[in-house]
Amino acid sequence: MGVESSEFTENPPKNSPNYEQPTTNCHMKNWYKILSVLLILYTIFWGLMGPVPRLDILNETIRNVYYHVPIWFAMLFMMSVSIWYAIRYLLSSDTVFETKSFNAAKVGFFFSIPGIITGCFWAKYTWGTYWTFQDPKLNGVAIGILIYLAYFILRNSIPDELKRARISAVYNIFAYVMLIVFIMILPRLTDSLHPGNGGNPAFGKYDLDNNMRMVFYPAIIGWILFSCWVFEIKNRIAQLNSILNDQ
Amino acid sequence: MSLSQINTLLKKEFLLEFRQKASLGGILVYVAATVFISALSFTGKIHTHEWNALFWVILLFASVTVSSKSFLKETKGLGLFNYSYYSPRSFILSKIIFNMVLMLIISLITLFFYIWFIGGNIKNFSLFFITLALSSTGFAGVLSLMSAIAAKANNNFALMSILSFPVLMPMVLVSIRLSKQAIDGLSWGVSYDFLLILAALNVLIIMLANLLFPYLWND
Repeated sequence: MGVESSEFTENPPKNSPNYEQPTTNCHMKNWYKILSVLLILYTIFWGLMGPVPRLDILNETIRNVYYHVPIWFAMLFMMSVSIWYAIRYLLSSDTVFETKSFNAAKVGFFFSIPGIITGCFWAKYTWGTYWTFQDPKLNGVAIGILIYLAYFILRNSIPDELKRARISAVYNIFAYVMLIVFIMILPRLTDSLHPGNGGNPAFGKYDLDNNMRMVFYPAIIGWILFSCWVFEIKNRIAQLNSILNDQ
Repeated sequence: MSLSQINTLLKKEFLLEFRQKASLGGILVYVAATVFISALSFTGKIHTHEWNALFWVILLFASVTVSSKSFLKETKGLGLFNYSYYSPRSFILSKIIFNMVLMLIISLITLFFYIWFIGGNIKNFSLFFITLALSSTGFAGVLSLMSAIAAKANNNFALMSILSFPVLMPMVLVSIRLSKQAIDGLSWGVSYDFLLILAALNVLIIMLANLLFPYLWND
């Protein structure tokens, strides 16, 4: 750990490849924001109006697949982005990457809340309960949320900036790998109640018909792009804050 | 990383642990008291399912408590000495090996008190023992890294449990399943899959700890 790396803790010099000008026009970069809003609006409208197959137990609740599943996809995507930046931070010791990793974890955590709420209400109508411990996906999510809460608590409990970045990046990577392992092991321990698992009626490859695909895939892309947008705003706020703190 | 360094560090760890008899005795009393309290609270018959779950909960708490102090002893000066003298990989490996032995001792002590106070009939004892050995290794790997992290974050014990419980979950769940099979005396063929998972988890954890610890080390 040299002196020179501790000097650009928050603000890399302008010639650094990681420097992003905070105030320049980024109109060309806005296409994905517009696309995400259009896709999400399309899926909200067409998800409620479009035709769906009639399945036992699921009935009309199958429409939740347009909202619940893509939000989880967006969360997993952001968690992976967080790990990507944590690894890049450990390899380069540039704290800008670590701030991005933290922001991505925050955005991912933010997306887990609507994911859980949509799931709970759906479960109430199909399984008759808001929460059950019989399902590996629910247990995996619960552990994932505990891990990220622990990560936030750890990161907030260390005052020194460089130390905080290093330690929380290490925990982030370790915890993410263990979470993935947990999600892979769990189905061997308990059968899932989720549609498509353990002999339940599914919107798996046979039931997700072409009409549903036309809404489901755009929904995934839309929500992931939307999470990228939130992530970018978070990064810009962090960048501005670091400039303010330096002055 | 070299074997002689690991050897020296291990010798140091064991010497320190046995010199401070209070710490080993403390573990013994901690486990005995916890098992005794559970025995009193359950009073009378306890089914194998609860027997198993309770055993692993006690073991989990005992392991976290014991390992939380594994980086506590490192004072600032000692840390600087270790930093300049040893490679981080041999340091964490020696910690993991030491903790592994410690965890195995703790789990056997827990089992002893548990069978003494609460009773229990393990039909396939060798499977149970292998599960204990494998889970001790995994626990040692996770908890060594977590205690290093908690030590950097001002040695907060609550933080240590918050950090390690969710990460230990896969290990604990697989071990609970395996030990249930051992208690029921199922054939080895049934447990083979889970033993393989547990062993693979151990390899993964130790590799990750080796990969990540050097980054905690330099500051």
